[in-house]
Amino acid sequence: MSSVGFYDPLAALVGEAGGDTRSMLQVVCFTIGEESYGIDIRQVREIRAWSATTSLPNTPEFVMGVINLRGTIVPILDLRARFGRGQSEPTKAHVVVIVAIEERVIGMLVDAVSDIVTLPEDEVRPVPEIGGSDAAECLNGLATVNDQLIALVSVERITAPITVH
Amino acid sequence: MDELDQLRQTYFQDCDELLGELESALMALDNGRADGDTLNDAFRAIHSIKGGADILHFDRLVRFAHSFESVLDRLRLGKLVVDPELASLMLRAGDAVADLVRAAEAGTEMPDGYENEIADALHLLAQVAETADATEPSDRQGPAAPDERAPAADTPLRHYRVQLSPPGDLFRQGNEPQLLIRALERLGNVKTVADASALPPLASFDAEQCYLRWTIDIRTAAGLEAIQDVFDLAVDKGDLEIVELTAQQTDAPAASTADIVSEAAAPTPAAVPSSPSSTAPASGSAPASQAKAAPTVNSIRVDLEKLDYLVNLVGELVISQSMLAEQLSVLPTDKFPALSRSIEEMSQHARNLQDGVMAVRTQPVKSVFARMPRLVRDLAVETGKNVRLLISGETTEVDKTVVEQLFDPLIHMIRNAVDHGIESPVERGANGKAAQGTVRLSAAHVGGRIVIQVTDDGRGIDRARVRARAVERGLLDADAVLTEEQLDNLIFLPGLSTAERVSDISGRGVGMDVVRRNVERLGGRVLIRSVAGRGSTFYLSLPLTLAVLDGMVVGVGRETYIVPLTVIFESLRPQARDVHRLVGGGDVLYVRGEYVPLVYLGRAFAVPDATREPWEGLVMLVDADAGGKIGVVVDEIVGQQQVVIKSVESNYRALPGIAGATILGNGRVALILDVAGLAQSSGDAGQSPESAAA
Repeated sequence: MSSVGFYDPLAALVGEAGGDTRSMLQVVCFTIGEESYGIDIRQVREIRAWSATTSLPNTPEFVMGVINLRGTIVPILDLRARFGRGQSEPTKAHVVVIVAIEERVIGMLVDAVSDIVTLPEDEVRPVPEIGGSDAAECLNGLATVNDQLIALVSVERITAPITVH
Repeated sequence: MDELDQLRQTYFQDCDELLGELESALMALDNGRADGDTLNDAFRAIHSIKGGADILHFDRLVRFAHSFESVLDRLRLGKLVVDPELASLMLRAGDAVADLVRAAEAGTEMPDGYENEIADALHLLAQVAETADATEPSDRQGPAAPDERAPAADTPLRHYRVQLSPPGDLFRQGNEPQLLIRALERLGNVKTVADASALPPLASFDAEQCYLRWTIDIRTAAGLEAIQDVFDLAVDKGDLEIVELTAQQTDAPAASTADIVSEAAAPTPAAVPSSPSSTAPASGSAPASQAKAAPTVNSIRVDLEKLDYLVNLVGELVISQSMLAEQLSVLPTDKFPALSRSIEEMSQHARNLQDGVMAVRTQPVKSVFARMPRLVRDLAVETGKNVRLLISGETTEVDKTVVEQLFDPLIHMIRNAVDHGIESPVERGANGKAAQGTVRLSAAHVGGRIVIQVTDDGRGIDRARVRARAVERGLLDADAVLTEEQLDNLIFLPGLSTAERVSDISGRGVGMDVVRRNVERLGGRVLIRSVAGRGSTFYLSLPLTLAVLDGMVVGVGRETYIVPLTVIFESLRPQARDVHRLVGGGDVLYVRGEYVPLVYLGRAFAVPDATREPWEGLVMLVDADAGGKIGVVVDEIVGQQQVVIKSVESNYRALPGIAGATILGNGRVALILDVAGLAQSSGDAGQSPESAAA
């Protein structure tokens, strides 16, 4: 092999340090109560502190309302309520993860954002069937990072009830 | 996209406009308004379509457009006289041109022989005109104008000199100067001089490169614009110079010795020794006249997205500005007089800027109105009725977003007028009316809105029939007592305007209820006034823009809502004794002899801590259109404000009773109420006038 000192910028971009050629997944991790969840970083637009919402009439309880995100009206979902764990009582410490899905921009209220981790895609395990709870349907898979379980959230399925016409 | 594609795209964009102009002109012709301007408009349109098609090699289109143009030209010169048959042929020819353009755009072909019949008829007409022309005793134009297409003698011939210095890659862009020069020849007497001084030695000659420049002298009555039209699509403005020559200059020889001279023949490159001076042909014209002849650009094409971006940006600016003003309002004014003055000024500028940007997006409603005469004509033919359409106020300007939304409602209202309003000529005669029915279409600005009226002098709404149908369909109690106005408005109920009312002409199966719903969605209103035997008038009122709205800011609990100012009749604090609770229904408020259903906003939207009783808060009497007049119960009125309309739907989904949202001075979002939707969705309180009256 004649790999004499050629610098391949493409390979440098694609390949991971340490020569791991498996496809990697970057995940923004956040917590709700004691549990850790993750969202594919490519879907995350920004992370911001919670600010007061304007309620929308006649919406499910997990829809907190809308905020003004630099001139755009963005709905905020209470992820705790979406998972059926009761409504959050947001404080200044709460965090909103703004995600983009197709053309839509939607915010998700979580307790705190903890970390951004990189993990190989093939280490994501499927969600075991546990009596078909709605919360489980919102998950894409499970992963273990530093001995901690992270449930990977499917933004598509979480937002489905509010985007379907 | 390569340049040819770009050229094609521009061409078809232009064609859209040109076809519109052509149709307007042909309709005018059909209506017997065949004056010089109309014919010139039609001629110009078809000529431009042909010119572009020529360059892009849509040969079939060119051939047909040419025959069409010839006939229009004969008409223009008065060699043919417009009669109904001819006008009808012209309209069909216009359709054929449109079809051929569409086919060219789609890259397909119309079926073989599709246009032959019309083309033959056109040829025949042109020939007839020609024969008549030949028998005229004297040709007043004399031998100076050998071209039979030369314009009428009463227009003075002008002499222009065109300097064409195309870029080297002219051929690669798909252009052919020969075609351009031929197109010029159609305008008048042309003398072309090619400047071959830039030709390189044969060894370095690139066959695909254009080395020639041309000086074209033309005597024509067509005017500067027509000459520019020829070059419009093919040549950049910078490569073209058109100068009108005065009488003395005309006599000066145009060619320098080394140039190739041709008379009405395409120049061919030849091995000519290069001349050092390539500017010689132009030297005859004075700089002053050059400056004058430089094409003046009065308008530019702008991508709509760029405009929308500006509109949004200005909206943001206005919001930021009001936030700033609100934050500064807590400071004592006397301590910071300069600051508050600056803020005041800035606010003024921001408003002006907003007005200015919005004005850029306005368009006359003409683009929509112009399509109606044809509709009326076709409807009249189909129904065997005799109808004329009178249009006024077509220069009234509204925001582009509104213009686009006007088309469908207008089509329906006009169809309704011709189909259901205007009677057959026999019936009209029997009622002592003129055989020809009249539909008037007008537009005007009224109180910050655009109001469009469609009036017919037909039979008016048949209230007995409408009533019978409504009862039959269970939309109305048989013994309900309704005013004439309420009866008329029944035609907007879904389910009523079906079957008979939507005849095969109103073919899309869309009734007046859909018209009304669509118009309401835009913050508009439709009203109808009808007099039996005398006709009906539809009033369509729309906001001038769908981007901003004048609103009343109201508070309910800790929430703030915006009520569009246009729907509010009045606000009042009622007496407890005027509020009545109906059995099995909502509350009604007694106002000046009228019972108005109440909608509690706090309840409808489940707002905590909202006022429980109307007499503790306020009632806003609003026009909920199909729902009639309703009273919306709120806690308080905060103020009146112009707001920028934002979509909730784009990131969420449509919500009943909510028309959109806006951002207030404090940065918070406030929802804009859709009163009609509110009346419908809060079923218990928002009762329709029919059932209330029943």
